[in-house]
Amino acid sequence: MRVYMPRFRRLALYIVLYFLGISVSATANTPRVVSLNVCTDQFVMLIADDNQIVSLSEISTDILSSAMAAEASKYHQNNSGAEEVYLLQPDIVLAGIYTAKATVNMLESLGIRVEKFEPANTVEQIIGNIKRTGQLLGHTERANTLVTKFESSLEELTMGINNRPRAALYYANGYTTGKNTLSGQILDLAGFSNIASEFDIHWGGTLPLELLIIAKPDVIITGTTYPGSSRSEEILKHPALKPLRHVSSTDANWVCGTPHILKAIEDLQTIHPDKMSTQ
Amino acid sequence: MKLKIALVILLIALFIFSLSTGHATASFSQGMTALYYGDGPLGTVMRQIRLPRAILAILVGASLGVCGAALQGYLRNPLAEPGLIGVSGSAALGAVISLQTGFATYVWMGLPIAAFSFATLAVLLLLLLAGPRGSSLTLILAGIAVSALAGAFTSLALNLSPNPYATSEIIFWLMGSLADRSFEHVWLALPFCLIGWLMIGSIGKALDALTLGEGVASSLSISLTKTKLLLVFGVASSVGAATAVCGAIGFVGLVVPHLLRPLVKGKPSTLLLVSGLGGAVMVLAADIAVRVILPDRDLKLGVLMAIIGAPLFLHLIYKTRSSLQ
Repeated sequence: MRVYMPRFRRLALYIVLYFLGISVSATANTPRVVSLNVCTDQFVMLIADDNQIVSLSEISTDILSSAMAAEASKYHQNNSGAEEVYLLQPDIVLAGIYTAKATVNMLESLGIRVEKFEPANTVEQIIGNIKRTGQLLGHTERANTLVTKFESSLEELTMGINNRPRAALYYANGYTTGKNTLSGQILDLAGFSNIASEFDIHWGGTLPLELLIIAKPDVIITGTTYPGSSRSEEILKHPALKPLRHVSSTDANWVCGTPHILKAIEDLQTIHPDKMSTQ
Repeated sequence: MKLKIALVILLIALFIFSLSTGHATASFSQGMTALYYGDGPLGTVMRQIRLPRAILAILVGASLGVCGAALQGYLRNPLAEPGLIGVSGSAALGAVISLQTGFATYVWMGLPIAAFSFATLAVLLLLLLAGPRGSSLTLILAGIAVSALAGAFTSLALNLSPNPYATSEIIFWLMGSLADRSFEHVWLALPFCLIGWLMIGSIGKALDALTLGEGVASSLSISLTKTKLLLVFGVASSVGAATAVCGAIGFVGLVVPHLLRPLVKGKPSTLLLVSGLGGAVMVLAADIAVRVILPDRDLKLGVLMAIIGAPLFLHLIYKTRSSLQ
């Protein structure tokens, strides 16, 4: 009896999951995965088989933060709570290194394998994360194909850039980001030079409105504004910014270091002088 | 007269000093030239960032100074002040509600109208509670209750906002700041401030008469009801508009009339004007100080004003404690 007990439990679980509409037919080399982070969600969707994906994070369907919000809506979503994730009985859990420590520790102590991903800020880190996801989910080939495609598209996008117009990334409360951040990388790959470097801001920092105006960047890219009103975001509509050329806003494609940054680069290049003629 | 001239000179000096304070490095003459002629980036900085900020400091300071003097004159109580009795807090609540519901976006002048309405309710409530003589104890207790309630609802409204930044702005609405305001805010506040000043200015004589008691005032054919209404709407209009664009800044209306009262021999009608000038001087000076002390942190004006004002408030309570019983 004792021998069969776990099997019963698993069977009971399968029945529960069946009613939750979650497929459990994955095999041992293609582990069933739960993702707790909006960026790992995207790696999972890009690489895993449909029936491997048990559940994604709740933010995966938020159009402001997730580049794959539409695709994500066909999967189960979790609140990233330990209890909920444990009951889903995944073979592996993918999380970000900033995912709530308590949740990750709890899952690990319950015997669930949790793989933590660093947020990717560079192309190398993005490729690293793709390959790692491929290995963990048993799809090394698929991951390698994705990497090759990503690299060639990137090469095509970054080709033929001679001028580097000065651009500023400007967010609520006068925050800007520098070359070491993902948005700084996107700006650089799209062929713009980031004025944050002129102020020795390499990660993130506040750039007073006065200094931004005096620096007179060729282009200004602001953050997405959220619904509802906030004084923090009013700075993005300040009349003093009018003489500057305001182009686009960052969107979900800028949030995660995934191949979706290609779309962000492409959107940004619609206003790049060296790329405008070719598009 | 000498006092007024001195205050005006001080105001002009601080106004120019305020215009030459900021992050952008430019010499005084470069800045002033850019203010008049410059079309380049420095011109934008001077005209679109520093000029509205300095003008707003004057609008806000003058409104708070005048209203403090008027409330103190009417209630014959030195502790009456828009911030302490909850008028600023209520105006901030009105502003927050109008911003979060979209009323401020879709209705012309919606922001100051909402702040004015809430401020009116607060002044009416306080006058009702404090009675004609404005006993200190009732006034302060009612003020605490109204402030607490308005502050709580302001926090609630911001916490419920779908905007992730809103919650962190509770401190702005409760403490006030002039950072990165623009001419849009000047145009929103200016008409309401001016109307408020005119209303309060027109009751100067009545306030003078009231110092001799209500009986004397009535015998001088001064209508107490009319005086009261002009006071209520004048305070609500100017404090409401000032708070709507800059948040609630406390203690200005307490400190300024208190410092200037001995210099005008306690005459309420003269105190109104000099308190207006004095309030503008004080807020301009405070706004320069917050930029000099912590240039990168947006130190809130209310923080600075409370550091100066709270000890004075305690001193006033100590002095009037016999009448608090």
